[in-house]
Amino acid sequence: MATETFSVEDARAWMTAFGKAVSENQEYLTELDSAIGDADHGTNMDRGMRAVEEKLAAANPATLGSVFKTVGMALVSTVGGASGPLYGTFFLRMGAALGDRSECDKADLSSALRTGIKGVTDRGKAQLGDKTMLDALSPALDSFDGTEGLSIAAASAGAAEAAAAGRDATAPLKALKGRASYLGDRSIGHIDPGSASAALLMGALAKACA
Amino acid sequence: MKKLINDPENVVDEALVGIEASNHNVRVDHEHRVVLRAQPKDHGKVALVSGGGSGHEPLHSGYVGYGMLDAACAGEVFTSPTPDRIEAATLAVDAGAGVLHIVKNYTGDVMNFDMAAELVAAESGIEVETVVTNDDVAVEDSLYTAGRRGVGVTVLLEKIAGAAAEEGRSLVDVRDIAQRVNSRGRSMGMALTSCTVSTAGRPTFDLPDDEMEIGIGIHGEPGRQREKMASAREIAAKLVNPILGDMDFSSSPVIAMLNGMGASPLIELYLMYGEVAALLQKNGVSIARNLVGNYITSLDMAGCSLTLLAADDEMLRLWDAPVQTAALRWGR
Repeated sequence: MATETFSVEDARAWMTAFGKAVSENQEYLTELDSAIGDADHGTNMDRGMRAVEEKLAAANPATLGSVFKTVGMALVSTVGGASGPLYGTFFLRMGAALGDRSECDKADLSSALRTGIKGVTDRGKAQLGDKTMLDALSPALDSFDGTEGLSIAAASAGAAEAAAAGRDATAPLKALKGRASYLGDRSIGHIDPGSASAALLMGALAKACA
Repeated sequence: MKKLINDPENVVDEALVGIEASNHNVRVDHEHRVVLRAQPKDHGKVALVSGGGSGHEPLHSGYVGYGMLDAACAGEVFTSPTPDRIEAATLAVDAGAGVLHIVKNYTGDVMNFDMAAELVAAESGIEVETVVTNDDVAVEDSLYTAGRRGVGVTVLLEKIAGAAAEEGRSLVDVRDIAQRVNSRGRSMGMALTSCTVSTAGRPTFDLPDDEMEIGIGIHGEPGRQREKMASAREIAAKLVNPILGDMDFSSSPVIAMLNGMGASPLIELYLMYGEVAALLQKNGVSIARNLVGNYITSLDMAGCSLTLLAADDEMLRLWDAPVQTAALRWGR
Protein backbone atom coordinates (compact mmCIF):
# COMPACT_ATOMS: atom_id res chain seq x y z
CA MET A 1 0.00 0.00 0.00
CA ALA A 2 1.22 3.49 -0.80
CA THR A 3 2.88 5.26 2.10
CA GLU A 4 3.87 8.64 0.64
CA THR A 5 0.39 9.54 -0.46
CA PHE A 6 -2.95 8.86 1.18
CA SER A 7 -5.46 7.57 -1.36
CA VAL A 8 -9.17 6.77 -1.51
CA GLU A 9 -8.16 3.11 -1.10
CA ASP A 10 -6.19 4.01 2.05
CA ALA A 11 -9.19 5.91 3.39
CA ARG A 12 -11.45 2.92 2.71
CA ALA A 13 -8.90 0.58 4.34
CA TRP A 14 -8.81 2.92 7.36
CA MET A 15 -12.59 2.69 7.75
CA THR A 16 -12.62 -1.09 7.28
CA ALA A 17 -9.89 -1.45 9.92
CA PHE A 18 -11.74 0.91 12.29
CA GLY A 19 -14.99 -1.03 11.81
CA LYS A 20 -13.20 -4.28 12.55
CA ALA A 21 -11.50 -2.83 15.64
CA VAL A 22 -14.81 -1.46 16.96
CA SER A 23 -16.54 -4.77 16.36
CA GLU A 24 -13.75 -6.73 18.11
CA ASN A 25 -13.68 -4.27 21.02
CA GLN A 26 -17.43 -3.71 21.28
CA GLU A 27 -17.72 -5.32 24.70
CA TYR A 28 -14.59 -3.61 25.99
CA LEU A 29 -15.96 -0.18 24.99
CA THR A 30 -19.33 -0.93 26.55
CA GLU A 31 -17.63 -2.14 29.72
CA LEU A 32 -15.66 1.10 30.01
CA ASP A 33 -18.90 3.01 29.41
CA SER A 34 -20.83 1.12 32.05
CA ALA A 35 -18.25 2.16 34.65
CA ILE A 36 -18.71 5.90 34.10
CA GLY A 37 -21.41 6.28 31.44
CA ASP A 38 -24.47 4.43 30.27
CA ALA A 39 -23.13 1.21 28.83
CA ASP A 40 -23.85 1.77 25.15
CA HIS A 41 -20.68 3.11 23.53
CA GLY A 42 -19.60 -0.21 22.02
CA THR A 43 -23.08 -1.04 20.75
CA ASN A 44 -23.60 2.41 19.26
CA MET A 45 -20.21 2.64 17.53
CA ASP A 46 -20.56 -0.87 16.14
CA ARG A 47 -23.99 -0.05 14.69
CA GLY A 48 -22.50 3.11 13.19
CA MET A 49 -19.50 1.43 11.63
CA ARG A 50 -21.66 -1.30 10.12
CA ALA A 51 -23.72 1.46 8.49
CA VAL A 52 -20.50 3.11 7.29
CA GLU A 53 -19.39 -0.11 5.60
CA GLU A 54 -22.77 -0.49 3.87
CA LYS A 55 -22.93 3.14 2.74
CA LEU A 56 -19.36 3.10 1.42
CA ALA A 57 -19.99 -0.14 -0.48
CA ALA A 58 -23.13 1.34 -2.03
CA ALA A 59 -21.72 4.78 -2.88
CA ASN A 60 -18.22 3.66 -3.88
CA PRO A 61 -16.97 7.25 -3.61
CA ALA A 62 -14.15 8.40 -5.88
CA THR A 63 -12.76 11.30 -3.84
CA LEU A 64 -11.41 11.60 -0.31
CA GLY A 65 -14.01 14.30 0.37
CA SER A 66 -16.89 12.04 -0.56
CA VAL A 67 -15.48 9.06 1.37
CA PHE A 68 -15.35 11.04 4.60
CA LYS A 69 -18.67 12.81 3.99
CA THR A 70 -20.31 9.42 3.47
CA VAL A 71 -18.71 8.17 6.68
CA GLY A 72 -19.75 11.30 8.61
CA MET A 73 -23.36 11.22 7.44
CA ALA A 74 -23.65 7.50 8.17
CA LEU A 75 -22.38 8.02 11.73
CA VAL A 76 -24.51 11.11 12.40
CA SER A 77 -27.64 9.29 11.27
CA THR A 78 -27.07 5.96 13.02
CA VAL A 79 -24.99 6.34 16.19
CA GLY A 80 -26.99 8.83 18.25
CA GLY A 81 -25.84 9.84 21.71
CA ALA A 82 -22.87 12.17 21.88
CA SER A 83 -20.58 9.94 19.82
CA GLY A 84 -22.72 10.31 16.67
CA PRO A 85 -22.45 14.09 16.39
CA LEU A 86 -18.80 14.07 17.56
CA TYR A 87 -17.43 11.37 15.23
CA GLY A 88 -19.83 12.53 12.51
CA THR A 89 -18.56 16.11 12.72
CA PHE A 90 -14.94 14.84 12.75
CA PHE A 91 -15.38 13.03 9.41
CA LEU A 92 -17.64 15.66 7.80
CA ARG A 93 -15.01 18.34 8.50
CA MET A 94 -12.21 16.06 7.25
CA GLY A 95 -14.21 15.49 4.07
CA ALA A 96 -14.77 19.20 3.55
CA ALA A 97 -11.04 19.82 4.03
CA LEU A 98 -9.97 17.19 1.49
CA GLY A 99 -12.63 17.96 -1.13
CA ASP A 100 -12.33 16.54 -4.65
CA ARG A 101 -8.87 15.04 -4.34
CA SER A 102 -8.45 11.32 -4.90
CA GLU A 103 -5.20 11.34 -2.96
CA CYS A 104 -3.27 13.70 -0.74
CA ASP A 105 0.16 14.06 0.81
CA LYS A 106 1.13 13.85 4.45
CA ALA A 107 0.76 17.59 5.09
CA ASP A 108 -2.78 17.59 3.66
CA LEU A 109 -3.71 14.56 5.72
CA SER A 110 -2.37 16.24 8.85
CA SER A 111 -4.27 19.41 8.11
CA ALA A 112 -7.49 17.43 7.47
CA LEU A 113 -7.06 15.60 10.79
CA ARG A 114 -6.56 18.97 12.48
CA THR A 115 -9.76 20.33 10.87
CA GLY A 116 -11.64 17.21 11.99
CA ILE A 117 -10.41 17.52 15.57
CA LYS A 118 -11.32 21.22 15.56
CA GLY A 119 -14.83 20.07 14.59
CA VAL A 120 -14.94 17.78 17.63
CA THR A 121 -13.93 20.69 19.86
CA ASP A 122 -16.54 23.00 18.31
CA ARG A 123 -19.33 20.45 18.70
CA GLY A 124 -18.47 19.14 22.16
CA LYS A 125 -16.87 22.25 23.68
CA ALA A 126 -14.39 20.05 25.52
CA GLN A 127 -10.80 20.96 26.30
CA LEU A 128 -7.72 18.84 26.66
CA GLY A 129 -7.77 17.10 30.05
CA ASP A 130 -11.59 17.01 30.34
CA LYS A 131 -11.42 13.20 30.02
CA THR A 132 -12.89 12.87 26.53
CA MET A 133 -11.96 11.51 23.08
CA LEU A 134 -9.96 14.69 22.61
CA ASP A 135 -7.38 13.41 25.09
CA ALA A 136 -6.51 10.64 22.61
CA LEU A 137 -6.97 12.58 19.35
CA SER A 138 -5.00 15.66 20.28
CA PRO A 139 -1.71 13.94 21.29
CA ALA A 140 -2.07 11.71 18.21
CA LEU A 141 -2.16 14.77 15.98
CA ASP A 142 0.78 16.37 17.80
CA SER A 143 2.78 13.20 17.29
CA PHE A 144 1.77 12.98 13.61
CA ASP A 145 2.88 16.58 13.06
CA GLY A 146 6.20 16.10 14.85
CA THR A 147 7.45 13.50 12.41
CA GLU A 148 9.00 15.60 9.67
CA GLY A 149 10.78 13.41 7.14
CA LEU A 150 8.95 10.24 8.19
CA SER A 151 6.53 8.39 5.93
CA ILE A 152 2.75 8.48 6.46
CA ALA A 153 3.06 4.89 7.69
CA ALA A 154 5.62 5.76 10.34
CA ALA A 155 3.80 8.95 11.34
CA SER A 156 0.50 7.05 11.72
CA ALA A 157 2.17 4.36 13.81
CA GLY A 158 3.52 7.05 16.13
CA ALA A 159 0.12 8.74 16.24
CA ALA A 160 -1.53 5.45 17.20
CA GLU A 161 0.92 5.02 20.09
CA ALA A 162 0.32 8.59 21.23
CA ALA A 163 -3.44 8.05 21.11
CA ALA A 164 -3.15 4.88 23.19
CA ALA A 165 -0.99 6.70 25.72
CA GLY A 166 -3.53 9.54 25.76
CA ARG A 167 -6.29 7.01 26.35
CA ASP A 168 -4.45 5.46 29.30
CA ALA A 169 -3.74 8.91 30.70
CA THR A 170 -7.49 9.62 30.99
CA ALA A 171 -7.79 7.10 33.86
CA PRO A 172 -6.55 9.41 36.67
CA LEU A 173 -8.51 12.39 35.32
CA LYS A 174 -11.81 13.65 36.70
CA ALA A 175 -14.43 13.89 33.93
CA LEU A 176 -15.57 17.45 33.18
CA LYS A 177 -17.77 16.72 30.16
CA GLY A 178 -20.49 14.27 29.25
CA ARG A 179 -22.35 11.87 31.48
CA ALA A 180 -19.20 10.84 33.35
CA SER A 181 -18.99 14.37 34.76
CA TYR A 182 -22.08 13.65 36.90
CA LEU A 183 -19.94 11.25 38.90
CA GLY A 184 -17.48 13.90 39.99
CA ASP A 185 -14.54 12.25 41.77
CA ARG A 186 -16.03 8.82 41.18
CA SER A 187 -15.02 9.09 37.52
CA ILE A 188 -11.37 8.99 38.61
CA GLY A 189 -9.62 5.66 38.00
CA HIS A 190 -11.56 4.75 34.85
CA ILE A 191 -10.47 5.09 31.22
CA ASP A 192 -12.77 7.33 29.19
CA PRO A 193 -14.64 5.18 26.63
CA GLY A 194 -14.53 7.94 23.98
CA SER A 195 -10.75 8.13 24.27
CA ALA A 196 -10.63 4.34 23.89
CA SER A 197 -12.60 4.38 20.62
CA ALA A 198 -10.50 7.33 19.42
CA ALA A 199 -7.36 5.28 20.11
CA LEU A 200 -8.89 2.46 18.01
CA LEU A 201 -9.46 5.03 15.24
CA MET A 202 -5.80 6.07 15.22
CA GLY A 203 -4.66 2.44 15.51
CA ALA A 204 -6.77 1.65 12.45
CA LEU A 205 -5.13 4.50 10.51
CA ALA A 206 -1.72 3.04 11.32
CA LYS A 207 -2.86 -0.40 10.18
CA ALA A 208 -4.31 0.94 6.93
CA CYS A 209 -1.17 2.90 6.08
CA ALA A 210 1.37 0.24 7.13
CA MET B 1 -31.37 -11.28 31.84
CA LYS B 2 -35.11 -11.96 31.73
CA LYS B 3 -37.11 -9.49 29.64
CA LEU B 4 -40.32 -9.46 27.60
CA ILE B 5 -38.51 -9.06 24.31
CA ASN B 6 -37.83 -10.96 21.10
CA ASP B 7 -34.41 -9.72 20.01
CA PRO B 8 -32.43 -7.14 22.01
CA GLU B 9 -31.67 -5.33 18.74
CA ASN B 10 -35.36 -4.81 17.88
CA VAL B 11 -36.76 -3.60 21.20
CA VAL B 12 -37.35 0.01 20.13
CA ASP B 13 -38.91 -0.81 16.74
CA GLU B 14 -41.17 -3.48 18.18
CA ALA B 15 -42.25 -1.23 21.06
CA LEU B 16 -43.23 1.43 18.50
CA VAL B 17 -45.45 -1.15 16.79
CA GLY B 18 -47.23 -1.69 20.10
CA ILE B 19 -47.48 2.03 20.86
CA GLU B 20 -49.21 2.54 17.53
CA ALA B 21 -51.48 -0.49 17.97
CA SER B 22 -52.53 0.58 21.47
CA ASN B 23 -53.44 4.20 20.82
CA HIS B 24 -55.67 5.38 17.98
CA ASN B 25 -54.75 8.97 18.70
CA VAL B 26 -51.18 8.51 17.43
CA ARG B 27 -49.48 7.21 14.34
CA VAL B 28 -45.85 6.18 13.92
CA ASP B 29 -43.37 7.08 11.21
CA HIS B 30 -41.45 3.82 11.56
CA GLU B 31 -38.66 4.82 9.18
CA HIS B 32 -37.70 7.76 11.39
CA ARG B 33 -39.02 6.34 14.67
CA VAL B 34 -41.27 9.31 15.26
CA VAL B 35 -44.59 9.12 17.14
CA LEU B 36 -47.05 11.72 15.80
CA ARG B 37 -50.61 12.81 16.51
CA ALA B 38 -53.03 10.93 14.29
CA GLN B 39 -55.00 14.18 13.98
CA PRO B 40 -52.51 17.03 13.31
CA LYS B 41 -53.18 20.24 15.22
CA ASP B 42 -54.88 23.24 13.63
CA HIS B 43 -52.93 25.43 11.25
CA GLY B 44 -51.39 28.48 12.90
CA LYS B 45 -50.53 26.82 16.20
CA VAL B 46 -47.06 26.22 17.55
CA ALA B 47 -45.97 22.57 17.43
CA LEU B 48 -43.94 20.81 20.13
CA VAL B 49 -41.29 18.19 19.38
CA SER B 50 -39.44 16.29 22.04
CA GLY B 51 -37.47 13.10 22.13
CA GLY B 52 -34.53 11.33 23.58
CA GLY B 53 -33.29 7.87 24.29
CA SER B 54 -35.90 5.13 24.67
CA GLY B 55 -36.34 3.35 28.00
CA HIS B 56 -38.01 6.29 29.81
CA GLU B 57 -41.58 5.40 28.81
CA PRO B 58 -44.11 6.90 28.97
CA LEU B 59 -41.70 9.79 28.23
CA HIS B 60 -41.88 10.98 25.42
CA SER B 61 -44.19 8.97 23.15
CA GLY B 62 -46.84 8.66 25.88
CA TYR B 63 -47.20 12.45 25.91
CA VAL B 64 -48.04 12.83 22.22
CA GLY B 65 -51.61 14.00 21.73
CA TYR B 66 -54.01 16.87 22.24
CA GLY B 67 -52.71 19.36 24.79
CA MET B 68 -49.13 18.10 24.88
CA LEU B 69 -46.61 17.06 22.23
CA ASP B 70 -47.05 16.92 18.47
CA ALA B 71 -44.18 14.50 17.93
CA ALA B 72 -41.76 12.41 19.95
CA CYS B 73 -38.51 11.03 18.52
CA ALA B 74 -37.49 7.67 19.92
CA GLY B 75 -33.75 7.01 20.00
CA GLU B 76 -32.10 3.71 20.82
CA VAL B 77 -32.39 2.79 24.49
CA PHE B 78 -30.71 5.57 26.52
CA THR B 79 -29.29 7.07 23.32
CA SER B 80 -30.41 10.34 21.76
CA PRO B 81 -32.25 10.17 18.43
CA THR B 82 -30.22 11.34 15.44
CA PRO B 83 -30.49 14.79 13.81
CA ASP B 84 -32.07 13.56 10.55
CA ARG B 85 -34.95 12.00 12.51
CA ILE B 86 -35.51 15.06 14.68
CA GLU B 87 -35.52 17.09 11.47
CA ALA B 88 -38.12 14.76 9.93
CA ALA B 89 -40.33 15.15 13.02
CA THR B 90 -39.98 18.93 12.93
CA LEU B 91 -40.91 19.15 9.24
CA ALA B 92 -43.86 16.80 9.76
CA VAL B 93 -45.54 18.77 12.55
CA ASP B 94 -44.93 22.41 11.69
CA ALA B 95 -48.35 24.04 11.37
CA GLY B 96 -47.05 27.37 10.15
CA ALA B 97 -46.32 28.91 13.55
CA GLY B 98 -42.95 27.37 14.29
CA VAL B 99 -41.74 24.44 16.38
CA LEU B 100 -40.48 24.25 19.96
CA HIS B 101 -37.81 21.61 20.62
CA ILE B 102 -37.89 20.31 24.17
CA VAL B 103 -34.51 18.83 25.09
CA LYS B 104 -33.28 17.26 28.30
CA ASN B 105 -29.83 18.48 29.27
CA TYR B 106 -27.73 15.46 28.41
CA THR B 107 -24.67 15.91 26.23
CA GLY B 108 -25.88 13.70 23.38
CA ASP B 109 -29.44 15.05 23.31
CA VAL B 110 -28.24 18.65 23.20
CA MET B 111 -25.77 17.95 20.35
CA ASN B 112 -28.26 15.99 18.23
CA PHE B 113 -31.03 18.57 18.66
CA ASP B 114 -28.48 21.33 17.84
CA MET B 115 -27.53 19.58 14.60
CA ALA B 116 -31.22 19.01 13.81
CA ALA B 117 -32.03 22.70 14.31
CA GLU B 118 -29.11 23.55 11.98
CA LEU B 119 -30.51 21.14 9.35
CA VAL B 120 -34.03 22.60 9.63
CA ALA B 121 -32.65 26.14 9.34
CA ALA B 122 -30.57 25.19 6.29
CA GLU B 123 -33.33 23.32 4.48
CA SER B 124 -36.62 25.05 5.33
CA GLY B 125 -37.99 28.34 6.55
CA ILE B 126 -39.45 26.79 9.68
CA GLU B 127 -38.71 28.70 12.87
CA VAL B 128 -37.34 26.53 15.66
CA GLU B 129 -36.89 27.54 19.29
CA THR B 130 -35.32 25.26 21.88
CA VAL B 131 -35.80 24.83 25.60
CA VAL B 132 -33.27 22.70 27.48
CA THR B 133 -34.46 21.32 30.82
CA ASN B 134 -31.96 21.10 33.68
CA ASP B 135 -33.79 20.53 36.95
CA ASP B 136 -31.71 17.85 38.69
CA VAL B 137 -30.31 19.24 41.94
CA ALA B 138 -28.11 16.16 42.35
CA VAL B 139 -25.67 17.67 39.88
CA GLU B 140 -23.76 20.81 40.68
CA ASP B 141 -24.34 23.36 37.96
CA SER B 142 -20.75 24.37 37.43
CA LEU B 143 -17.95 24.52 34.91
CA TYR B 144 -16.89 21.11 36.17
CA THR B 145 -19.90 19.13 34.97
CA ALA B 146 -22.03 18.97 31.84
CA GLY B 147 -24.56 20.97 33.87
CA ARG B 148 -27.65 19.80 35.66
CA ARG B 149 -29.53 16.97 33.98
CA GLY B 150 -32.99 17.42 32.55
CA VAL B 151 -35.32 14.99 34.30
CA GLY B 152 -38.81 15.16 35.90
CA VAL B 153 -39.63 18.77 35.12
CA THR B 154 -39.67 17.77 31.44
CA VAL B 155 -43.03 16.03 32.00
CA LEU B 156 -44.59 19.08 33.68
CA LEU B 157 -43.13 21.38 31.03
CA GLU B 158 -44.50 19.33 28.14
CA LYS B 159 -47.98 19.52 29.70
CA ILE B 160 -47.91 23.24 30.46
CA ALA B 161 -46.21 24.40 27.25
CA GLY B 162 -48.47 22.04 25.27
CA ALA B 163 -51.55 23.73 26.72
CA ALA B 164 -50.12 27.17 25.90
CA ALA B 165 -49.54 26.08 22.28
CA GLU B 166 -53.08 24.72 22.10
CA GLU B 167 -54.38 28.18 23.09
CA GLY B 168 -52.72 29.61 20.00
CA ARG B 169 -49.89 31.46 21.74
CA SER B 170 -46.86 32.53 19.69
CA LEU B 171 -43.64 30.53 19.47
CA VAL B 172 -41.79 33.04 21.64
CA ASP B 173 -44.60 32.98 24.22
CA VAL B 174 -44.63 29.19 24.37
CA ARG B 175 -40.85 29.10 24.66
CA ASP B 176 -40.92 31.69 27.47
CA ILE B 177 -43.51 29.73 29.44
CA ALA B 178 -41.46 26.57 28.94
CA GLN B 179 -38.33 28.30 30.19
CA ARG B 180 -40.20 29.66 33.17
CA VAL B 181 -41.41 26.16 34.09
CA ASN B 182 -37.88 24.83 33.81
CA SER B 183 -36.39 27.61 35.91
CA ARG B 184 -38.96 27.07 38.67
CA GLY B 185 -38.72 23.26 38.77
CA ARG B 186 -36.30 21.07 40.73
CA SER B 187 -35.87 17.28 40.96
CA MET B 188 -33.96 14.68 42.94
CA GLY B 189 -33.86 10.94 42.32
CA MET B 190 -32.68 7.74 43.99
CA ALA B 191 -32.26 4.10 43.01
CA LEU B 192 -32.63 0.83 44.88
CA THR B 193 -31.29 -1.18 41.94
CA SER B 194 -29.51 -0.62 38.66
CA CYS B 195 -31.25 -1.31 35.37
CA THR B 196 -30.40 -3.63 32.49
CA VAL B 197 -30.10 -2.40 28.91
CA SER B 198 -31.12 -5.39 26.79
CA THR B 199 -28.25 -5.04 24.31
CA ALA B 200 -25.75 -5.02 27.21
CA GLY B 201 -27.50 -7.95 28.88
CA ARG B 202 -26.45 -7.20 32.46
CA PRO B 203 -27.06 -4.44 35.01
CA THR B 204 -25.35 -1.14 34.20
CA PHE B 205 -23.83 -0.92 37.66
CA ASP B 206 -23.57 -3.15 40.73
CA LEU B 207 -25.51 -2.15 43.79
CA PRO B 208 -25.35 -4.44 46.83
CA ASP B 209 -28.65 -5.46 48.47
CA ASP B 210 -28.10 -3.23 51.50
CA GLU B 211 -27.14 -0.07 49.62
CA MET B 212 -28.83 2.61 47.51
CA GLU B 213 -27.73 5.33 45.09
CA ILE B 214 -28.74 8.89 45.89
CA GLY B 215 -28.85 11.48 43.11
CA ILE B 216 -29.33 9.28 40.05
CA GLY B 217 -30.26 10.40 36.56
CA ILE B 218 -32.51 8.47 34.21
CA HIS B 219 -30.01 6.54 32.09
CA GLY B 220 -28.76 3.97 34.57
CA GLU B 221 -25.80 6.12 35.42
CA PRO B 222 -24.78 5.84 39.05
CA GLY B 223 -25.68 8.66 41.39
CA ARG B 224 -23.70 11.18 43.37
CA GLN B 225 -23.22 8.97 46.39
CA ARG B 226 -23.88 5.50 47.62
CA GLU B 227 -25.40 5.03 51.05
CA LYS B 228 -26.66 2.29 53.34
CA MET B 229 -30.30 1.39 52.67
CA ALA B 230 -32.73 3.44 54.81
CA SER B 231 -36.45 3.72 55.59
CA ALA B 232 -38.93 5.48 53.28
CA ARG B 233 -39.13 8.37 55.76
CA GLU B 234 -35.36 8.84 55.69
CA ILE B 235 -35.29 8.54 51.89
CA ALA B 236 -38.06 11.15 51.59
CA ALA B 237 -35.85 13.58 53.51
CA LYS B 238 -32.92 12.81 51.21
CA LEU B 239 -35.09 13.84 48.24
CA VAL B 240 -36.92 16.80 49.79
CA ASN B 241 -34.05 18.52 51.60
CA PRO B 242 -31.69 19.07 48.66
CA ILE B 243 -34.61 20.45 46.61
CA LEU B 244 -35.75 22.87 49.32
CA GLY B 245 -32.12 23.79 49.95
CA ASP B 246 -31.79 24.81 46.32
CA MET B 247 -34.92 26.92 45.87
CA ASP B 248 -37.77 28.39 47.90
CA PHE B 249 -41.06 26.53 47.39
CA SER B 250 -43.00 28.08 50.29
CA SER B 251 -44.37 31.12 48.49
CA SER B 252 -46.11 29.57 45.46
CA PRO B 253 -48.63 26.83 44.83
CA VAL B 254 -46.59 23.70 44.04
CA ILE B 255 -47.10 20.95 41.48
CA ALA B 256 -45.45 17.82 42.90
CA MET B 257 -44.59 14.65 41.01
CA LEU B 258 -43.54 11.50 42.84
CA ASN B 259 -42.21 9.43 39.97
CA GLY B 260 -41.32 5.76 39.84
CA MET B 261 -38.12 4.71 38.05
CA GLY B 262 -39.82 1.69 36.47
CA ALA B 263 -39.61 -1.27 38.83
CA SER B 264 -41.00 0.12 42.09
CA PRO B 265 -44.62 -0.91 42.72
CA LEU B 266 -47.30 1.76 43.06
CA ILE B 267 -47.93 0.83 46.68
CA GLU B 268 -44.38 1.99 47.47
CA LEU B 269 -44.77 5.13 45.37
CA TYR B 270 -47.95 6.06 47.27
CA LEU B 271 -46.20 5.34 50.57
CA MET B 272 -43.33 7.60 49.50
CA TYR B 273 -45.76 10.31 48.38
CA GLY B 274 -47.33 10.26 51.83
CA GLU B 275 -43.92 10.72 53.44
CA VAL B 276 -42.92 13.46 51.01
CA ALA B 277 -46.23 15.35 51.34
CA ALA B 278 -46.01 15.30 55.16
CA LEU B 279 -42.43 16.54 55.08
CA LEU B 280 -43.30 19.29 52.61
CA GLN B 281 -46.22 20.42 54.76
CA LYS B 282 -43.88 20.61 57.75
CA ASN B 283 -41.64 22.86 55.66
CA GLY B 284 -44.46 25.23 54.73
CA VAL B 285 -44.85 23.98 51.16
CA SER B 286 -48.42 23.66 49.90
CA ILE B 287 -49.07 21.15 47.13
CA ALA B 288 -51.73 22.39 44.71
CA ARG B 289 -51.56 19.52 42.19
CA ASN B 290 -49.76 16.18 42.15
CA LEU B 291 -48.87 13.16 40.08
CA VAL B 292 -47.91 9.78 41.53
CA GLY B 293 -46.78 7.03 39.19
CA ASN B 294 -44.30 6.05 36.48
CA TYR B 295 -43.88 9.12 34.26
CA ILE B 296 -40.17 9.28 33.42
CA THR B 297 -38.52 5.93 33.99
CA SER B 298 -35.17 4.24 33.67
CA LEU B 299 -36.11 0.80 32.28
CA ASP B 300 -36.32 -1.69 35.17
CA MET B 301 -34.61 0.44 37.79
CA ALA B 302 -36.27 0.40 41.19
CA GLY B 303 -36.44 3.71 43.01
CA CYS B 304 -38.13 7.06 42.64
CA SER B 305 -37.66 10.73 42.01
CA LEU B 306 -39.37 13.84 43.31
CA THR B 307 -40.05 16.91 41.18
CA LEU B 308 -41.43 20.16 42.57
CA LEU B 309 -42.59 23.08 40.44
CA ALA B 310 -43.20 26.50 42.01
CA ALA B 311 -46.23 27.27 39.88
CA ASP B 312 -48.23 30.45 39.42
CA ASP B 313 -51.88 30.98 38.46
CA GLU B 314 -51.12 30.78 34.75
CA MET B 315 -49.18 27.53 35.11
CA LEU B 316 -51.99 26.00 37.20
CA ARG B 317 -54.57 27.05 34.61
CA LEU B 318 -52.47 25.52 31.81
CA TRP B 319 -51.89 22.42 33.94
CA ASP B 320 -55.68 22.00 34.36
CA ALA B 321 -56.39 22.50 30.64
CA PRO B 322 -57.64 19.45 28.72
CA VAL B 323 -55.10 16.83 27.69
CA GLN B 324 -55.52 13.57 25.81
CA THR B 325 -52.42 11.42 25.64
CA ALA B 326 -51.61 7.83 26.54
CA ALA B 327 -50.11 8.80 29.89
CA LEU B 328 -51.95 11.98 30.92
CA ARG B 329 -55.61 12.39 30.18
CA TRP B 330 -58.16 14.74 31.72
CA GLY B 331 -60.79 17.37 30.91
CA ARG B 332 -61.65 16.04 27.46
